[in-house]
Formats: sequence, structure tokens, C-alpha cells
Amino acid sequence: MQIPYEVTARPDTGVNNAKLGIWLFLASEVMLFGGLFAAYVFLRIGADAWPGMMVYDTEMMAERADEILNVPLATLNTMILIASSVTMVMSWAALKMDRFDRYKLYMGLTILLALGFLVVKAFEYGDKFDHHWYASTNNFLGIYFVLTGLHAIHVTGGIVLNAYFWGPGTKLWKRGTPRDKAHFTNRIEVAGLYWHFVDLVWIFLFPMIYLI
Amino acid sequence: MADDHSHSDHQEGFWSKYWFSTDHKVIGIQYGITAMLFLLFGFGLMLLMRWQLASPGVEIPLLGALTPEMYNQFGAMHGTIMVFLGVVPLAVGAFGNYVVPLQIGAPDMAFPRLNMASYHVYFWGGVVMLASFFVPEGAAKSGWTSYPPLANIETMGQTMWLWGMVLLITSSLLGAVNFLVTIIQLRTEGMTYFKMPFFVWAQFVTAFLLLLAFPPLEAAGFLQLADRLLGTSFFMPSGLVTAEGPLEVAGGGSPLLWQHLFWFLAHPEVYVLILPAMGIVAEVLANNTRKPLWGYKLMVYSVIFLGFMSFIVWAHHMFITGMGTAISAFFQVTTMIISIPSVVILSALFITLFGGSIRFNTAMWFALGFIPMFGIGGLTGLPLGLAPTDIPLHDTYYVIGHFHYVVAPGTIFALFAGIYYWYPKVTGRTMNETLGRIHFWGSMVAMNGIFLPMLHQGMVGMSRRLFDGGLTYSFTEGVIHYNSVMAVSAFVLLLFQLPFIYNFLTSIKWGRKVTKSNYWEATTLEWSAAPTPPVGHGNFATIPTVYHGPYEYSVPGHELDYCPQEVPIQLPDAADQTVEP
Repeated sequence: MQIPYEVTARPDTGVNNAKLGIWLFLASEVMLFGGLFAAYVFLRIGADAWPGMMVYDTEMMAERADEILNVPLATLNTMILIASSVTMVMSWAALKMDRFDRYKLYMGLTILLALGFLVVKAFEYGDKFDHHWYASTNNFLGIYFVLTGLHAIHVTGGIVLNAYFWGPGTKLWKRGTPRDKAHFTNRIEVAGLYWHFVDLVWIFLFPMIYLI
Repeated sequence: MADDHSHSDHQEGFWSKYWFSTDHKVIGIQYGITAMLFLLFGFGLMLLMRWQLASPGVEIPLLGALTPEMYNQFGAMHGTIMVFLGVVPLAVGAFGNYVVPLQIGAPDMAFPRLNMASYHVYFWGGVVMLASFFVPEGAAKSGWTSYPPLANIETMGQTMWLWGMVLLITSSLLGAVNFLVTIIQLRTEGMTYFKMPFFVWAQFVTAFLLLLAFPPLEAAGFLQLADRLLGTSFFMPSGLVTAEGPLEVAGGGSPLLWQHLFWFLAHPEVYVLILPAMGIVAEVLANNTRKPLWGYKLMVYSVIFLGFMSFIVWAHHMFITGMGTAISAFFQVTTMIISIPSVVILSALFITLFGGSIRFNTAMWFALGFIPMFGIGGLTGLPLGLAPTDIPLHDTYYVIGHFHYVVAPGTIFALFAGIYYWYPKVTGRTMNETLGRIHFWGSMVAMNGIFLPMLHQGMVGMSRRLFDGGLTYSFTEGVIHYNSVMAVSAFVLLLFQLPFIYNFLTSIKWGRKVTKSNYWEATTLEWSAAPTPPVGHGNFATIPTVYHGPYEYSVPGHELDYCPQEVPIQLPDAADQTVEP
């Protein structure tokens, strides 16, 4: 049994199944992060002070987010994620040009950059814990940990996905028929759409939590 | 793995054939059986509660007298199980999975393995929910709505509830993506959007609701998990005091935030419950009145409009939270607007009956029962959608009566109609008609015996959450004796499910064999083009092409009173002309 339009696009919709599926999935992801962003706005509007009292830590009163969060590190992470989005596109373009070696290189870079993002994130979290600033300290740190944590889970998911397509997943390409190659290229495109979305979430997260 | 399902079925072992199946028909049956067991379990919880309300403190055989904690657990879990583990999986997971690919002429769902994953995540979500009864101090006790701050300081069962919900939401998300891609991409040649059966349309809109409304609840679930496990205060205002003294939380949060996020899901959820039911009723009515659905296009436009509007009515559940009259006014208006497409659909179904030569079979009886019962449910909802009348009725039994009329004799009757209608498709045998009628009439009387008194009790002001059934309040004096009527009705309802259970189980083996593939002489593809019972993975021997709309019954001049979608309509007086309405 063959499911229609697994690889080729359906003429009247112009997309294949996976591509439509990922766009719908991303729509639901927009609602997930949208719900949390709405919660952030709701909490911030209702708060007396934002970020507010840093209880457990000498009763410090924070007036600005950058007193608590490390903006340079987050800027670095923004750069890393944007760079990984670029290499992701290049890995897909390499497949389009039938350059599998280039694909391996760019996809490998994408994975390394994503890992780099998580390492920087771990340092950021560690710094907060050193100050005894936890999610329970106040709602600012609470929503910071929930949003960046959920985003980090998405990054981790992307790493697992991309690592599969870097390693065992390449079997599909290596079968070598034009259909298999097109199928694999589609998969990388779809994985790329997800990865760009994860990047985009960070682009919203960064100014919202760190800067304003 | 990718190649497994291209081999023929008889090589597979038991586990891969029945448990790890990627065939949408098997997954549909898995959903159906699991959901019906959950419905029975949720019904059982309700029986215990009704026993307690009718005779507070009287010991229940094997269980002993209910404690208030147990009562609260049963209440919260009855709602959760019925909605998230019973009705939605049966309406969407079972009927949607089984029927939609067949009705649009697809060999399977677009992503068969995702479909399997969806069922398994749902199953484990159910296991987590059931397991929560056995953790220290039992399952969740804060109602199916889990309002904080109470839910935040509840015992461990609430955490289990949240994890269970995360799994169930993930499952419905996977399912929704799959349904949408299947309907958009896998419609067979000629099956344009306006040739799709209304059932497919209903599932289509439902999938959009599941896709877009569920994630905010998942977000809310994460926030409540953080509140419970990490000690955050998203839903905890400052200065909360319990019996054990002030709570040691940072504070500054808002319980209203939960309510907004919860109802942003839970109002569209109401339409997730009702739209597939309307779809089933539309199929059964058109088939058994032997005439086209009245106002098919109007119904489709209404269902789309309903889907959009359902996202902007959620705060009518929150009129008494003090969110302000301006916001209340907005949500009253949208609520009144959304009642219009519901009325349109119901009226269209009703008008469909006019002038039909109606075949009365059990499926048809249930579909006919749906119309007035859902009508009562819908009309009793109007006073709840307007703030002035909602304020006295809020949190009373009136609310319970209202939404149970929508969901129990409404949606569940439609689901029964679907079961009787598609049972021959799935098994190749029919269910017993006599037992079916006993089931229908008994359920009809008993359901009204349970839910009609609730409306009166609620108007007197009896609260929905009283453990003793209102014994401690003097104003309930005139209506408290209804509790006995309702308890008796509830057990009678159980009694009348026995013929159904017996019928359902024995007909698999001993039911009358279906003599022809298109048993109901239907026009839609699942009956007219696919063999009965259907072949293995792949559905159709050859994928059919569709030539005309889904409800071409009793076409004037045509020799048969039904014209299957995959056969061009050939009128005898113009044999060489093909009519495409």
C-alpha cells in the first residue's frame, strides 16, 4: 500500500503531506508558546514590580531584567541559533545540489551549534542557581525558567532529530534512487522548518524576557 | 519498519496486527474499545456519586460509605474521564479514524505511524489517570476544571492528573495533524471539498479546534506543574492562608490566568464534543430518510463559522470572576452569535426529516433522539450565556443539567447511532434490532430521569458540589427528593446498557451476516465503494473516483433510490447524459 503524495506535491494544494503536516504542527506550537507569552503579559501587567523582589537573596529589589539575566550571553546564544539556522538551510541546499558530503558538513555544524546553545544556556542557569535564584523566587524567574526551559526542550528535540538525519537517517538517501533522494531532501526541509521555528521562538523570547 | 505495513496482514503476529497496528481501521477499533471502557468506568463513578447524593452516608456494597475526599475524587475524575478519555476518543479517535479515510477514498491516514503513536500516547495518558486513584490520598479532587489555588495545593493525584493531561493533549495533537493532512491531501479524485460528506466536514473543523485550542491548556498544564513541583506562583496570589497557616510561596500570581487558559481550550472542547456527533447524525438521517441532507452547504458554512467563533466565547464561563462588565458584554454577544450556527445545523437536520420515507432502525432512533435532546441542551445554555441570568445559575445543578443534555443524551446518543450504523461495516454482521430498541427507549427515559430534575434543582439554587446532596440547606427542601429519582434513573440507565453490551459483544460472532456490501444502501464511499467488512490495509481494491455530492438519495427518474458517489448518475430517459449536480 502506498500513501499518495508522500514525496511529490499534490497538484491542487502544492505541498506534500509532510510539509503540510509540519506547518500545522507549527501552528499548534504557536498556540503553545502563544499561551505562555500571554501568561507572561498577564502576570507582568498584574505585578506590582517587575522583575520584583528577589526573595531568598538579601531581599534584593530588581528593577530591570538585565540586573538578573546575562544579556551578553543571551546575545551570543542568539547569534549561535541564527548561525545554526543558516547552516540548516545550507545542508538542505547541498542536498538539492546532490552534494552529500557538504550536507554532512552543514548538518554536523547545525548540531554542534545547537549543542553550543545548550552549553551556554547551562552556564546561564548555573549562574542563577549560584545566586540562589530559582523558579520559585518570583514570577519573573518562574516564567523565565518555564519559557527558556520549554524552548531548551525544543532545541534538544531538534538535536535528536537532526542527529538522526545526520547518522542513521541517511540510509534513505544512500538507497540512491531519485525518489529516495527527493524523499530525504523533503525530510531535511521539514526538519529545517521545525528548526527555524525553534530559532524564531528564541528571537521573540530574547527581547521579551531579557531586554524589555 | 517503514516497509512493514506494505506486506500483507496475515504474516504479522498478534502484537503487530492488533496492538502496534498502523492500519487506521484497527486503530479506530482500538480507540473505540478503550473509549467505551472508559465511558463505562466514568459512568460507574457517577453511579457511586448518585448513590451518595440520594442516601448520604449509606454504605455502598464492597466500597463502604463514601468520604467527602472520595466524592471529590469521583467528581473530578468522572468529568475528566468522560470528556478526555471517553467521548472525544470515541467521537474523533474511533469514528474519525475508521470512517474519514473510507469516506474520502483514501488508502489510510496520511501518517499511519503517527496515528499509532497517537493511540498509544492516549492509552498511557489513560493509564496515568487511572493510576492516580492509587497514589497516597487518591486522585485529583479539584473538579475537572482544576481551578487553582485549590488545585495547586492539592495532593499528589493532581500532579498525576496534569501529567495525564499532557499525554492526552499530545495524543490529540498528533491525531489532529493527521486528520487535517489526510482530509486536505488524500481526498480521492473528484472528491472536492463540497462533495465531502458532512461527517468529514465535522471532523475537519474538529481537528482544527483540537490543533489550536489544546496547546494553551498544555501551556497552562506546564505552569500548574511548575507551581506544584518547582514552587512557582503563577496561579498563587500573595497572602494565601490555609488551615496550616500562611503558604510559603512568593505570590503575585493570578488564579484567573488559569481560568482564561483553561477555558480557551475548554470552550472549543465543547464543540469537539458536539461536532462529530452532528456529523454522525447527519449521515444517519440522510441515509434513513432516503433524501438529501437539507441545506448541506448551509450546514458546512455553519460548522466552519462555529469553529471560528468557538475561539472567542470562552470567558462566558467566567462571568462571576469579576473580570469586568465590558469584557462580560463582549463575551455575551459572541455567545449569542455562536448559538445561531448551532440552531441552523439543528434546524437543517430537523427539516431533513420533512417528506422523507423514514426507515426506523436503531441507528435512526438514536439519531432522532439526538435532535430534541441536544435542542434542550442548547436552549438551556442560553441563560448561562448571559451574565444577568448566569450569576444566579452559576455553579448550580442547572449547569450540570445543561451540559449533560448536550453531551449525554446529545453526543452519546449520536455516538450510539454511529455504533449501530457502522457496526455492520466493521464486523460484517448486524446488531440485534430488538435489543437496540430496548436500549434506546430505556436510555431515553432514564437519561431524562437523571438530567431533567437537575434543571429544577439548579433553579432553586442547589450547588453542584455538595457532598450530601443539599441536605444541610433548607432552601433545597422542595427539590431534594429528586435525588432519589435521579439515583434510581441512573441505575435504570445502567440496566438498559446491559442489552447494548450483550448485543455489541455477541453480534460479533452471532449477529446476522451482512448479505451485501452496501448494507444500508448508502451513497457515501465507505459503504458503496469499500467492501464490507473492509479488506486489510489499503481499504479499496481500486481507489474510487467521485462524480457527485454525498447525499444523492431518491434522485427523480433514477431506478434506485440512492446514487453512490463513485457512480455517475445515469438517468434512464437520457442514458448518454451524465448529470453532475
